[in-house]
Amino acid sequence: MSQPAYKEKNIPIPASDPLTHIREMVQACIQCGTCTGSCPNAFAMDHTPRHLWRMVLMGQIGDIFRSRTFVLCSACYYCTLRCPRGLPLTEAMAALRQIAAKENIGMHRQSIQFYKSFMDSVRRYGRVREAEFMTHYFLSMKDPFLPIKFAPLGMKLMGRRKIRLQIPLKGEGGLDAIFRKVEEIEDM
Amino acid sequence: MLLLLLLLLLAVHLIKSKIKSKIKSKIKSKIKSKIKSKIKSKIKIMKYLYYPGCSLEGTALEYDISTRAFMNAMGAELVEIIDWICCGASAAEAVSCLLSLSLPAINLAIAEEMEEIGDILAPCSACYLNLKKVEEKIQEDPELLKKINIVLKEKNLHLHGRPRVRHLLDVISRDMGPQAIRSRVKQDLSDLRIAPYYGCQALRPYAVFDDPESPRSMEPIIEAVGAKIHRWDMGGRCCGASLMNTKPEVGLMLVTAILREAKGADAIVTVCPMCQMNLEAYQKKASSLYGEDLSLTILYLPQLIGLAIGLPEKSLGLELNLAVAQEFWDKLEGISKRADER
Ligand code: SF4
Ligand code: SF4
Repeated sequence: MSQPAYKEKNIPIPASDPLTHIREMVQACIQCGTCTGSCPNAFAMDHTPRHLWRMVLMGQIGDIFRSRTFVLCSACYYCTLRCPRGLPLTEAMAALRQIAAKENIGMHRQSIQFYKSFMDSVRRYGRVREAEFMTHYFLSMKDPFLPIKFAPLGMKLMGRRKIRLQIPLKGEGGLDAIFRKVEEIEDM
Repeated sequence: MLLLLLLLLLAVHLIKSKIKSKIKSKIKSKIKSKIKSKIKSKIKIMKYLYYPGCSLEGTALEYDISTRAFMNAMGAELVEIIDWICCGASAAEAVSCLLSLSLPAINLAIAEEMEEIGDILAPCSACYLNLKKVEEKIQEDPELLKKINIVLKEKNLHLHGRPRVRHLLDVISRDMGPQAIRSRVKQDLSDLRIAPYYGCQALRPYAVFDDPESPRSMEPIIEAVGAKIHRWDMGGRCCGASLMNTKPEVGLMLVTAILREAKGADAIVTVCPMCQMNLEAYQKKASSLYGEDLSLTILYLPQLIGLAIGLPEKSLGLELNLAVAQEFWDKLEGISKRADER
């Protein structure tokens, strides 16, 4: 196996390498490019999936999290299905997202906030309430134009009584204990 | 004398064989009716633990309404999982891996505790995959099951891993089958051309009931309701899922490619609330962006079958769909008018 780049280039080794787990997932990659050829979103990515796996193996943390490749994964599972080495690639994409969310990486703020607002709604109610979670999302983004972009669809859905406006609740949520336990285990 | 004997023998033989064939056909018909009644009784006791999921309570209300109406008409019983919670959709996995497995696991554990026994039925492909993933993973990895159960203990739940998770399309195509649907068809849909759209997560990564590369499980069903199939290779393509919210420029391109290939069809039929929403809600935007008419009727599969087996439009929630073209109604009306004249 090749040496991680930070060993070659004398970059200080992070105390716990967040990529270790993901590197294990794609260790057996032979760089054939099937994942890239199968990805419906490769055209919009700055690094193709194949390239991204190479970067993971090389330990190029900075470049990986500056890339928008993993935020563009729509979990279609084509790459996972077709990879000749049978690697769990969709999961590896998600694992990169999880690190970005944990580290709150600025340039991915929009999609991080979107998913975090969603999960906050689940944490409070057990089920997601679309209008409430979107309100949260808009508030967290502090972008006055964002709600306007979603307004036409929102009105349509409200007209059909599919979503209802709701004031976000504060305080203890129904799934707090579960969320806390998960965090506790993952931090171990 | 010899001739007489021969004749006699021949006659006896003839009578014998006649009796034999009579008995045979009697036995055959008896077996047939037995099998039929068995199949019927099997249909009668079809019971599922129903997991609607959050979308079906909100933006995909008509998917819930039409699924319940259709299943009821087919003689299947749906028992809703008590106090089910969100499966995490595509959001939990973007935040935490263990959380994305624990949320569906809570639902599986509740289902295990219920008195009723049956497969878990999920009409939403994202819910289906989230639940199914737990089912598959804990079979391979007992350590993971232990970890999940530590989390579940906070809710006084425990998962053993008994229940089987099924997608609605799986249940329609394999438990019911096109034959049972065909025998109930009342409305002629022969003028309609239907494009079957499967999306991703009902097919991949777990190939349970269809070919994940070139899916076809909807075709016998569309034929059974009497409609024509719009042949295309977009059935298993990605609609962009939540990219429509996080990266709309990219999502819109994927949706446009699908709508464009559907031209010539009277409707696209879907089996997932996310696909449905992406295909129906952004048609105007896509049309004006690309300067072509991309408007098209988008229906849920149980809505189409429901129309064919004569369920009233109200019971299928058709007034809630975002994209049902006037042409679609006109064609339906034209078909029924012709039937009345005949
Ligand atoms: S398909 Fe698999 S082996 Fe081929 S480049 Fe992609 S990850 Fe590597
Ligand atoms: S799962 Fe993600 S990375 Fe893989 S092909 Fe689909 S969109 Fe691309």
